[in-house]
Amino acid sequence: MEEGKVLSNAAQESGAAYAVIHEKFGEAISAFDDNATMPFFEVLDTALWTDIALFMRDHPKLKFNYMACLSGVDYPEEGKLGLVANLESLGVFGHKLAVKVKCPREGGSIPSVAGVWHTANWHEREAYDMLGMLFEGHPDMRRILCPDDWEGWPLRKDYKVQESYHGIKVPY
Amino acid sequence: MQELEMAGQGSLRLSRKSDTIVVLEKDLSTEQMVLSMGPQHPSTHGVLRLECLTDGEVVTEAEPYLGYLHRCFEKHCEHVDYPAIVPYTDRMDYLAGINSEMAYCIAVEKLLDLEIPRRVEFIRVIVSELNRIASHLVAIGTYAIDLGAFTPFLFCFRDREHILNMLEWATGARMLYNYIWVGGLAYDVPAGFNERVLEFVNYFRPKALELQQLLTENEIFVKRTKGIGIMPADVAINYGWSGPMLRGSGVQWDIRRNDPYSIYPELDFAVPVPDGKLSVVGDCLSRHLVRALEIEESLKIIEQCIDKMPGTQGFDPRSAVPKRVRPKAGEVYGRAENPRGELGFYIQSDGKSTSPLRCKARSSCFVNLSAMKDLSRGQLIPDLVAIIGSLDIVLGEVDR
Amino acid sequence: MGNSLNAWSDALAGFQPAGLPLGLLIIAAIPLVFIALYALTYGVYGERKISAFMQDRLGPMEVGKWGILQTLADILKLLQKEDIVPTSADKFLFVIGPGVLFVGSFLAFAVLPFSPAFIGANLNVGLFFAIGIVALEVVGILAAGWGSNNKWSLYGAVRSVAQIVSYEIPAAIALLCGAMMAGTLDMQQINILQSGTYGFAHFFLFQSPIAWLPFLIYFIASLAEVNRAPFDIPEAESELVAGYFTEYSGMKFAVIFLAEYGSMFMVSAIISIVFLGGWNSPLPNIGPIALNDMTTGPVWGAFWIISKGFFFIFVQMWLRWTLPRLRVDQLMYVCWKVLTPFAFVSFVLTAIWEIYVP
Repeated sequence: MEEGKVLSNAAQESGAAYAVIHEKFGEAISAFDDNATMPFFEVLDTALWTDIALFMRDHPKLKFNYMACLSGVDYPEEGKLGLVANLESLGVFGHKLAVKVKCPREGGSIPSVAGVWHTANWHEREAYDMLGMLFEGHPDMRRILCPDDWEGWPLRKDYKVQESYHGIKVPY
Repeated sequence: MQELEMAGQGSLRLSRKSDTIVVLEKDLSTEQMVLSMGPQHPSTHGVLRLECLTDGEVVTEAEPYLGYLHRCFEKHCEHVDYPAIVPYTDRMDYLAGINSEMAYCIAVEKLLDLEIPRRVEFIRVIVSELNRIASHLVAIGTYAIDLGAFTPFLFCFRDREHILNMLEWATGARMLYNYIWVGGLAYDVPAGFNERVLEFVNYFRPKALELQQLLTENEIFVKRTKGIGIMPADVAINYGWSGPMLRGSGVQWDIRRNDPYSIYPELDFAVPVPDGKLSVVGDCLSRHLVRALEIEESLKIIEQCIDKMPGTQGFDPRSAVPKRVRPKAGEVYGRAENPRGELGFYIQSDGKSTSPLRCKARSSCFVNLSAMKDLSRGQLIPDLVAIIGSLDIVLGEVDR
Repeated sequence: MGNSLNAWSDALAGFQPAGLPLGLLIIAAIPLVFIALYALTYGVYGERKISAFMQDRLGPMEVGKWGILQTLADILKLLQKEDIVPTSADKFLFVIGPGVLFVGSFLAFAVLPFSPAFIGANLNVGLFFAIGIVALEVVGILAAGWGSNNKWSLYGAVRSVAQIVSYEIPAAIALLCGAMMAGTLDMQQINILQSGTYGFAHFFLFQSPIAWLPFLIYFIASLAEVNRAPFDIPEAESELVAGYFTEYSGMKFAVIFLAEYGSMFMVSAIISIVFLGGWNSPLPNIGPIALNDMTTGPVWGAFWIISKGFFFIFVQMWLRWTLPRLRVDQLMYVCWKVLTPFAFVSFVLTAIWEIYVP
């Protein structure tokens, strides 16, 4: 970490970063979606997500040391749940890349990256809380914003709010 | 998993200085006590609950519990139009409403690919920097209260009042503004606003210095904060810290500078980081110092903006505001530098609806707070309070 | 002066209509009324106004002119409040806690000479009594904190006990320096020894260059003894909610409050008696203008000691609204590693001064 130095923002092409990952993991990741607002690729082999994450963090040409955001997303038409991770090489290269990982809607699970980026710890808990996918290997898989005994997964598109919670009428 | 743990970057150093380690009685067997700090506690800054495992005065483990202020922001977003989300963002970080609005509007405008009038950008920057000062004043003031000094708090609130009055004059509200709209502003600033802002800047400069001296030149304040809750830079990045927290750890990273938005590239301002002379880099005092120094930088930004701001001829604050916000299908992650760090919005649009398919707020406080468990290990209860205060969390943003 | 000494209190003590010791009751009631009045006016209202002016605001302004009736309104509110005893509290300890606390701070007033003509009990070990009786407060605090059955209260109580017991050592040694200079523990005698026509020049503080050291040590230690900032960690509101009186409400809370302000005046009075001449006028006789003689007398005496006490209370408030709070370990560090050694040094130096310097 070059402290004190004005960090270079000459963002390398996200595409170049993608090429490095693609070289290593090949068919396990999808083609690069080079849109203007949020360039991303998808991890097709979900089981490899932790390895890809570790590779992205530690590879000398990638150094995605900063996880800006991890959002859980519901894809009802595909029957899947997923996450979108916005990664960035903070202070090293400055490049940004988003990664999508998906899992089946019912009983699906995604490997946890809480051991790679500490940020992921609470964000994965939040994704679990809101959408109900499990994160394998997460150190503390509990609900975080909703109470522990809340029923259902609020951010799923087909979510129906429970009738009552400890005798309190919920839908108003 | 074993391997992953080993690969985890760095490890937290014990944040107690070696000469102040508290030695407990060696042969005396003591029982640990569970102490529930919050949700109603004066120094958890809202409804945070920390379940502390304490051994006498030493906190061996503190587990944060959130959600007491969860207001389903993200669920609401899926049911209202894009412009109608703006008032909800105010209610996330209620101490810096304008900054939250700005972050959200930046994300949506990026998705819409909108061109914003130049004057709008200047006004946005002025009001958001004013709000940043107000927010930092609250942070510094409440931090002083956490450490037992009541007077700086009221000095801070006295000056914050001037800012709130100005923002009320410009926007019509004191805290929940709904001023920055997608593509523009609700209104132009009133006539004479610039003069009043300049007057405030001139009034406030010496006061800011006085405030800083009142605290950083106070021996007890320095004793209470120096070397407490040290966060090394690499761990801070790994935790996703941003804003004054990350800069307090010595990383010169500011989204206004490193991933610029709006008119920040045209402005001349410094990104202050602690030099390690007064404080230990990464400790509570560093984070406090960064906030104090940032106030000065914000004042500079405001002065420059007023200097360069285009006139009102033919200006309509709503000229670029779309009649109906319906972005094409796609995703965006837009972010801005908030007083508390990076506030980002991940928005997913299906191209058909006028409300987002998914809108996730990446809250800086939420991320900063997640390091609490590691920071609190082995601290004394008064230090725990000092650490929570230095994180400067707003529970409205943590819980959304 | 000698013949008028304790004239009023002796006369009152002899007032026994129909064999009832009514006079003694009045003597006991006078400090009680004094504490109540002072806590009401100077203590609560004064503190609020002083803090307000230091913080650039107005303070209470609504009830009466300049808010002078605010404290009365507060008292009315406290009287009407429900007297809550938590279900899981130890009822006995919870109830007697504030009482013991108040008695501890009130008993010391017995030996405070309020004027050359008035002292509650003219003990020959008055100073010793005043130091010793403060320890009773510790029992009250512990009872209140333990009896509340609240973890925060317990923390506050244990902190408070540790703090008061520790700080009694430097405080007592510092007072001993004053006692050595006087050669007596009798409060009235200590005052008389500081009388003279040169006013303040006779005060012990100005009698020896070393006296400043015990004076400062006692002042700092007394702040800790009465739990005032920067040593207010037992009731640190940002850490322990309200410390040992978290669970108290209504009149019990008011009694704790009263005891606190009582202790504040007590330590202020003791420091003025031992180092600043107590009821002696600080004004000197300047040639033909006999300022000292004009401002000496039983009523003037009461005026001077109360003014001096109030001055120190003002300094206590000033510090409270200026300084942050120390941490627990720093507090103990200040006591054991700074104040106590210096107190011993000043003790030895004072002894040497008293023996070798006439």
